[in-house]
Amino acid sequence: MIELINVSKSFTLHNQGSAVIPVMEHANLKVAAGECVGLIGASGAGKSTLMRLIYGNYLAAAGQIEIGTVDVAQAAPREILTLRRDTLGYVSQFLRVVPRVATLDVVAEPLLALGVAVDEAQARAAELLTKLNIPERLWGLSPTTFSGGEQQRVNIARGFAHTYPALLLDEPTASLDAENRATVLSLIIDAKSRGAAIIGIFHDEAARNAVCDRFVDVSDFTPSRVA
Amino acid sequence: MDETLMDQPLLQVRDLAKNYGARIGCASVSFDLFPGEVMGIVGESGSGKSTLLNCMAGHVSPDAGKVLFSTRADGLVDTVTMAEAERRMLARTDWAFVHQHARDGLRMNVSAGGNIGERLMAVGARHYGDIRDQATDWLSRVEIQGNRIDDRPSAFSGGMQQRLQIARNLVTQPRLVFMDEPTGGLDVSVQARLLDLLRGLVREFGLSAIIVTHDLAVVRLLADRLMVMKDGHVVESGLTDQVLDDPQHAYTQLLVSSVLQV
Amino acid sequence: MSDYNFAYLDEQTKRMIRRAILKGLAIPGYQVPFASREMPMPYGWGTGGVQVSAATLTPEDTLKVIDQGADDTTNAVSIRKFFENTAGIVTTEETTKASVIQTRHRIPETDLNEDQILVYQVPIPEPLRFLEPRETETRKMHSLQEYGLMHVKLYEDISQHGAIATSYAYPVKVAGRYVMDPSPIPKFDNPKLTMAAIQLFGAGREQRIYALPPYTEVVSLDFDDYPFEASKAAHTCDLCGAEHSYLDEVILDDEGNRMFVCSDTDFCAKRQSAGHKGRLAGEVA
Repeated sequence: MIELINVSKSFTLHNQGSAVIPVMEHANLKVAAGECVGLIGASGAGKSTLMRLIYGNYLAAAGQIEIGTVDVAQAAPREILTLRRDTLGYVSQFLRVVPRVATLDVVAEPLLALGVAVDEAQARAAELLTKLNIPERLWGLSPTTFSGGEQQRVNIARGFAHTYPALLLDEPTASLDAENRATVLSLIIDAKSRGAAIIGIFHDEAARNAVCDRFVDVSDFTPSRVA
Repeated sequence: MDETLMDQPLLQVRDLAKNYGARIGCASVSFDLFPGEVMGIVGESGSGKSTLLNCMAGHVSPDAGKVLFSTRADGLVDTVTMAEAERRMLARTDWAFVHQHARDGLRMNVSAGGNIGERLMAVGARHYGDIRDQATDWLSRVEIQGNRIDDRPSAFSGGMQQRLQIARNLVTQPRLVFMDEPTGGLDVSVQARLLDLLRGLVREFGLSAIIVTHDLAVVRLLADRLMVMKDGHVVESGLTDQVLDDPQHAYTQLLVSSVLQV
Repeated sequence: MSDYNFAYLDEQTKRMIRRAILKGLAIPGYQVPFASREMPMPYGWGTGGVQVSAATLTPEDTLKVIDQGADDTTNAVSIRKFFENTAGIVTTEETTKASVIQTRHRIPETDLNEDQILVYQVPIPEPLRFLEPRETETRKMHSLQEYGLMHVKLYEDISQHGAIATSYAYPVKVAGRYVMDPSPIPKFDNPKLTMAAIQLFGAGREQRIYALPPYTEVVSLDFDDYPFEASKAAHTCDLCGAEHSYLDEVILDDEGNRMFVCSDTDFCAKRQSAGHKGRLAGEVA
């Protein structure tokens, strides 16, 4: 489902003497449907960079990033948008939404973008928010005012609203208590069992071991000449 | 919408150029816009983004290039060379233009209902009751209370005026909306509400939109794609979040790094 | 008076005006620009109509001048005198005897015939002016037939007054093409705009002439659910008893007594002399 072939990435800082900073080389990775792969490696080794490359948020310098039939490294913006809408979900560490939009609508939005009826989308959103212990009295409020843990759970609900065939999870269980962490892990296991290919970054070792089938150390992709 | 139509660009801009004497307004701009896509054009003042918008919308005639629009009746037509009558008809039906200053886009001496109804009447609506019903419906869509229908825009706040301008433009269900700094000059809280409204309308009606702004936060929330302009040229374009998070061009890097963090 | 050229204007000016009139007749409802001359009367007193009349009159013509229906008001009297002095033509107060009728704000009640010409005095010829002050834009709107704005005005009327409150200068569409201001005639007169006589419109200050050839289709703009109504006061004439003529309301005293009389004085006088009597016939001088 997800396959990276010889992906490399560097940043060119034009306004700082055009310094070129290579951050990744020869990244190769393959994730099958129904499989969950955990990315490991020291902080700064490039776990999040790899996620962003796969999501199309960063532009790959070379290589192929195949998701289904689309090569993210080459695809037109339109194709990536379609991919993100239909196929590839991403739960980041940070919630980024239009201010003043109600939580229920934030969670329902990915479904609405797919053309799901409002009632149905909101019902699914309500179900997820309930599961993640966001009290119903908060659903009408914007999540921008919520605590870190609450924002994270809203973000997870949004990421799981649609049953994406491929999922990227960046620290989904950080800053969650045991009960909510268990809920999130069960969501991930459910996604796997319906055949989703998942790449995740988990700080928490217990969580990591509970859902990941295998691990990939991104340090292996770190360019050798990085100072 | 028809799936086959979704695969065809709604707008194709080819080598569009406009000079003001020796000074370049915009030069060799080309891109495709697909149905349902929102494209942002960013750049500092004088970068040519407004010139480009006005050339595309037919307010300014370009020196060179094509603006091909997929019309409902005749397929792809170059709006630069089409008869003025047709272009003005397009501007009242399938196109919309949201001005930065609501007073440029509204008739200030006509009631809110009349402002919304004008485009309907321009395309032949002749039933007062129907026109009024549609105006009422659109007021509620843009979150203006129905009992303000007979008030003039001069009695409205800036945010309300802007929302009224949007209703006036969208009432004929255009397929392409040009927006020139639609949130400029509004309070931040009012901006947020307007952005949310625009996002909802874009999704609900499958609108395509081209938004010119200097506000990177606005394009991040609204635009699928981004074009960065400098000195009349497009220096970088791509997926909005990719351009903003991983800018490739020196100017874009400068632009992104210049935004104040809250 | 041999000191004046016939009908005051010089022959070149009259030719220029006639050309504008002919163009106007060829394009019904289209506003033809013309080089309006200074006339020996103030703007607003009918300088446009007077110039059109001057270019239209021949020595054999009989002229009638109406001001708001009446032949005996200052404006009507002075214009009649003006042409008596400068053209030496015969004038009349009888609609049927006139070959050229210059009017301000009314169409006579008596049907006109194919041998007659009706000349209107027009203050503001541009019907779109109310909502679009830019002349460049209104001209473009006419040329491209973009008349939605005209209905916005009617919409505003209904939304504010519950009905189309425009009661005079009610906009019309001419021969399916141009939207035209029929000059400030009451909308009661609008249905009469399709008539046997030639109708010429002159706006002196605004320097525009437009025209309606005989039997031109003239449609008053309206909404499907608020159709045009040629309304008048719901009374009969207190002098001649006419039921279907346009009426003026006259306040009689400080007690609020009032009467309604035909605005068309010639029409009313003819009916009275034919023996028709209204409620107050004989009581009021």
